[in-house]
Amino acid sequence: MIDFSVFQNSLPALQVVVPLLLAPVAVLVTIPFLSWLIALFGSIFCLYSSVSLFLLVSEFGKINYYMGGWLPPYGIEYIIDDASAFMIVLISLMGVFATVYAYQSFKSEINKKSQSKVYGMWLLALGGLLGLVTTGDAFNLFVFLEISSLSSVTLVALGSKNDKRALTAAFNYLLIGAVGATFYVIGVGLLYSITGTLNIADLTLKLSELTDNNSMKAGISFIIIGLMVKAAIFPLHIWLPSAYTFAPSAVAVLLTATATKAALYVLARILFTLLFNADEFTIIILQWVLLPASIVAIFFGTIRAVFEKNIRKLLAFSSLSQIGYITIGLTLGTASGVMASFIHIANHSMMKAALFMGVGAISIQLKKNIEVIDLQGLSRQMPITSSCITVVILSLLGIPLTIGFISKIYLLKAVFSHGNWPILFIIVLTSFLALGYAWKMIENIWMKEPVTTTINLKDDPKIYIPLIFLSIFNILFGIYAYPIVNAAFSASSAIFWKAV
Amino acid sequence: MLDSMNLITLALTPPLIAPFFIYLFRNNENLRDAVGVIGAFISFYATINITSGILNGTEYNLILLNIFNDLSLSFRVTPLGAVFGLLCSGLWILAAIYSIGYMRGNNEKKQTRFYVFYSLSIFGALCVAWSSNLLVLFIFYEFLTFATYPLVAHKETDESIKASRLYLGILVGSSLMLFLPAIIWVWYSVGTLNFTDGGILQNNFNPNHASVLLFLFVFGIGKAALMPLHWWLPAAMVAPTPVSALLHAVAVVKAGVFSILMIICYIFGTEFINSSGSGIFLIWASTITLFLSSIIAIRQDNLKARLAYSTVSQLSYIILGGAIATNYSVIASVSNIMMHGVGKITLFFCAGAIYVSAKITKISDLNGIGYKMPLTFIAFSFGALSIIGIPPFGGSWSKFYLLLGAAQLELTIIILILAISTLLNTYYLLDPVFRAFFMERSNDIKISHHPLTVMPAVCSALLVILLFFCVEPLLNLIYLIVGKI
Repeated sequence: MIDFSVFQNSLPALQVVVPLLLAPVAVLVTIPFLSWLIALFGSIFCLYSSVSLFLLVSEFGKINYYMGGWLPPYGIEYIIDDASAFMIVLISLMGVFATVYAYQSFKSEINKKSQSKVYGMWLLALGGLLGLVTTGDAFNLFVFLEISSLSSVTLVALGSKNDKRALTAAFNYLLIGAVGATFYVIGVGLLYSITGTLNIADLTLKLSELTDNNSMKAGISFIIIGLMVKAAIFPLHIWLPSAYTFAPSAVAVLLTATATKAALYVLARILFTLLFNADEFTIIILQWVLLPASIVAIFFGTIRAVFEKNIRKLLAFSSLSQIGYITIGLTLGTASGVMASFIHIANHSMMKAALFMGVGAISIQLKKNIEVIDLQGLSRQMPITSSCITVVILSLLGIPLTIGFISKIYLLKAVFSHGNWPILFIIVLTSFLALGYAWKMIENIWMKEPVTTTINLKDDPKIYIPLIFLSIFNILFGIYAYPIVNAAFSASSAIFWKAV
Repeated sequence: MLDSMNLITLALTPPLIAPFFIYLFRNNENLRDAVGVIGAFISFYATINITSGILNGTEYNLILLNIFNDLSLSFRVTPLGAVFGLLCSGLWILAAIYSIGYMRGNNEKKQTRFYVFYSLSIFGALCVAWSSNLLVLFIFYEFLTFATYPLVAHKETDESIKASRLYLGILVGSSLMLFLPAIIWVWYSVGTLNFTDGGILQNNFNPNHASVLLFLFVFGIGKAALMPLHWWLPAAMVAPTPVSALLHAVAVVKAGVFSILMIICYIFGTEFINSSGSGIFLIWASTITLFLSSIIAIRQDNLKARLAYSTVSQLSYIILGGAIATNYSVIASVSNIMMHGVGKITLFFCAGAIYVSAKITKISDLNGIGYKMPLTFIAFSFGALSIIGIPPFGGSWSKFYLLLGAAQLELTIIILILAISTLLNTYYLLDPVFRAFFMERSNDIKISHHPLTVMPAVCSALLVILLFFCVEPLLNLIYLIVGKI
């Protein structure tokens, strides 16, 4: 008989360990459907554990879990606070949607012999990301960073059945990701050399005693650049567009909804929790590195998306600009700015995941990378998918009654209270320019007649069910915004020391 | 007797659920087309009750849910909103009947989609009318833009796709880039966005910045078609005429000027407008618009384009009244929302009827056609005379009060421009009537009437006269606003 309280107390570890342990099982069963069931079970378990952790944290406060009972600063510590609870719920929720979607996607988009192995990678990626946001140890964080990156590289490469360019995309991702990871680990090494500790809480304390230490500055800079690669912040984003374009649809869904978001979260953690006593240095990073990078990202991403013909690439460039909005929230350096970023992290996950699902539903049937003209007359062939895509595009544009509007309102309000007029103007201008790429799709879907290539498309319930759920979320949380806004508020308070 | 919450629900539900029934009955033409008319009657019944309740001093509130901590998705009927709501739901009845005639007489495709979005647009307009705070107003302002998009692009030709892009680009662009920041600015400085009698900015906002804020608002509300944001309105004329009639002469454009009036009356407060001097630039902007668009209107040969520029001009009369912000000028503006709405829908009904019967779109083709369709052209002349402001037609009241308001502030130049503009109005609106009745036609033309296109035009033409003689309730409603300002 299992003691239930032990199970409950170990949830912080289990939500990472279970998907990692299930990964080899999924590979060994060799029947794709069974492997999928195992992956689904793993992701649902993660959702269960993260939701119960979220509830525990919001009721009783921060949970510190010591791996194997070894106390920090020597043992590995897992920290579940309002911020990381927010992230694990988001990641595992999107994980469940993506896994449900994955079966059809993988069935048609990857080679037969890889079809059960892929779920192993899938679970590794999921577990790695969950570990990434919960661990309280700088080196352990590196491990999870690598687990999630390497598994996602493999997943991207599997898209090579329909388009060989997936291989070069994956190779790019691997190389650039490896550089990023190396930078991160160099940074951690430098910090270790001056403080002698790897535990993040302990690091925070020790770093706060050093005020003007160049090794510290160098270390932090390396770490931040390493994370910027993972989070695809301009100009270190170059792996992202082709990876999202050529990966199997379900992988694009998973990556866009979780991978970059987890890296952004870690970046926010480093900037505001770890550096809490290095005000001047933080401001330099925010104002002179992150702010220009995000402004350029927003413009670059939006404009490239406007002129892009391949839909997945278009969405990838749009992601790039949306990540820019998230980092702009961070650069304000205020609690309300971080809160706006958290809201947009969650909302953008839901929008982009849904869009990649919708676009994937078409490319799964056409077995190719689709372009904007392939959407022509889609509303006749696939009314349900079309409606969902339309709702989500409106949300991406930030139209009222959708989650995009909530993000925009909070971001604008944060910028406003910061008194930063030029940024305000940039945000509203680019959100208008976004109409340029978003409307291209809507016009083709609704206002054009079908062409010969698209005449045989059909709605497939196995594909559109998760899409419908996400579309409903897009509207539901746009009207009833409390859950996300409140969770983001607690998360930003947890992450941002000034607010505590 | 229904209580206040249920009346609002009763008025808002028909346009919201009508699309479901329209879609449900998509294979049965008669049943489908009846849905809109029935919905319009129900909605109008509720609106009439609400308006009479407002006149008796009843408050109407409907709170749905909280969006943010202090902002709720809720409706409150202000006297100003009651006027606009009455206009929308009342004319919806006529337009619903008219669109049956037009769409069938013209054999338009995708009629189901047309009716679905037509009804949703009315829902958006009514929600704008009764919004209780700026955020709700903004939400449904945008809703209205997107709900009308499929109607503008209805024909799906290259021309209409281009026009609909312009339409969306200007309306969404201006609202995102100017209107939304302005709302956030108010929210940040005052802490609330609720429409309050007498405004919320006084004592809470730096008077020196008031002009900038008002600038953001009036140019952010592209639906009010203040120059240079007026391009979308002539472009939107590619839509089927029922859309131009109800939406681009009444619901959408009036939603724009209505929003500006709401902001002037319930956010700024007329006192604050005058004490901060922020209205001055708006007086000039609207005067220039009304004058220039009258001149452009003369040069238009396409009947609907001429009417569109006339609308741009008349919208600026309304904004001008708000900008002058005296009691008389506000009366003029609010009454002109009603008067111009009824007058202009008459003109568009006639323009559509001419198109359906004779396939004529150009004014120069109208020569001598008047005797073949006398009812249509008499209705047209009634509408035109009302918009020009000649008694005994409704529009004369609003012109009269506007001149009073301008005289009160001794704005001599403005009065002069108004006089010239009225002359221009007379020329370009009566020109089609003159051609139709008094000029010889060179070639013969075949006329095929659809009765449902003529009947609504005649009804609204009679309404124009009725509004001159029975203006009392409307003025009483407006006194509630002016008295409270």
